[in-house]
Amino acid sequence: MSEKEIKSLEEIFEAKIARDEKIEPKDWMPEKYRQTHIRQISQHAHSEIVGMLPEGNWITRAPSLKRKVALLAKIQDEAGHGLYLYSACETLGVSRDELYEQLHSGKAKYSSIFNYPTLTWADMGAIGWLVDGAAIINQVPLCATSYGPYARAMVRVCKEESFHQRQGFQIMMTLAEGTPEQKEMAQDALNRWWFPALMMLGPTDDASVHTEQSMKWKLKRKTNDELRQQFVDQTVPQAEMIGLTIPDPNLKWNPETKHYEFSELDWEEFWQVVKGHGPCNKMRLDARRNAWNNGEWVRNAAMAYAEKQENKEVKQAI
Amino acid sequence: MKNWPLWEVFIRSKNGLEHRHCGSLHASDATMALENARDVYTRRMEGVSIWVVPSSQITASNPELNGETFEPAMDKAYRHPTFYELPDELKHM
Repeated sequence: MSEKEIKSLEEIFEAKIARDEKIEPKDWMPEKYRQTHIRQISQHAHSEIVGMLPEGNWITRAPSLKRKVALLAKIQDEAGHGLYLYSACETLGVSRDELYEQLHSGKAKYSSIFNYPTLTWADMGAIGWLVDGAAIINQVPLCATSYGPYARAMVRVCKEESFHQRQGFQIMMTLAEGTPEQKEMAQDALNRWWFPALMMLGPTDDASVHTEQSMKWKLKRKTNDELRQQFVDQTVPQAEMIGLTIPDPNLKWNPETKHYEFSELDWEEFWQVVKGHGPCNKMRLDARRNAWNNGEWVRNAAMAYAEKQENKEVKQAI
Repeated sequence: MKNWPLWEVFIRSKNGLEHRHCGSLHASDATMALENARDVYTRRMEGVSIWVVPSSQITASNPELNGETFEPAMDKAYRHPTFYELPDELKHM
């Protein structure tokens, strides 16, 4: 294809997106659109899968059967969300194995929040309430993103995500209404998860290298700072409702802007965690690699069995 | 060793409705594809019937040929009932 032809295809493509038409897997797309989507969708998929690990830590120690089945269901949903997203990503011509390889080698990133440890049961509440809460804010606009398979996966994810946040908030609410020790445990979890949850929405707009292009492709519909503000505005009253304190001395309501003001975030910490120096980065990646490597013989056995069955059927047919 | 092939999943949400494509997954054989589809796509009573089809068995139209494939239908307005102008007094038609 000549440069001129590509240029005209690009114009048709941009016009399609401007009209809010969806792009489907077999449609022509600029190579950069494909690569950016592979990066973002796979990063999202990896986050779902690695996100199962901090919660998996508490399945055997859930305080009641009711809490245990809810936590199991939530973690199972996350496996499902990972699958929807990997599938969407594969429609862009990358294989599942390549995607895993990128995660396991450290080439691909996942959400920095999952590199923090889950120290008490209250962390299951804080994660559902804050981490899934921030994820919903990030994900709802993505239901309208331009790439069809990604948008459809997000619709499904968002439908399921709301249960996650509600079960988390209910854990926090119950602890906050409990004994002083239980309330203290809830407050401690909020103290530890609040700032990581705010940072989870991504670097500030002026430091975010991908925002501008992603907004143009409707891969992003709101900037990181807008999403963060929305999260703070909706979460502060929820904390007040259950008598917990947001751990930010600079938090205050601005009646003119009708938004909360809050402290500058510790971006140095954020970048350290992103670069692999968070409290649990190594543990998380080791868990993923071990699961993949130790499962190899199971995958091979299943394939060998399938081939054997197929040969049997062919023989019977003859 | 070969990787698990890709399967497309179709779900009938209730009797009376058609199966609709809802996603895909990897599985070593059809039985596993069905079991995984059940676990992934019908956890909240989304379906009463599942089809799984090897993705490699699907032949798709080429979007680059959408013009010649689909546009001829656009100048065949006479296939729609509104093409035929009839008196307003006419009832039940």
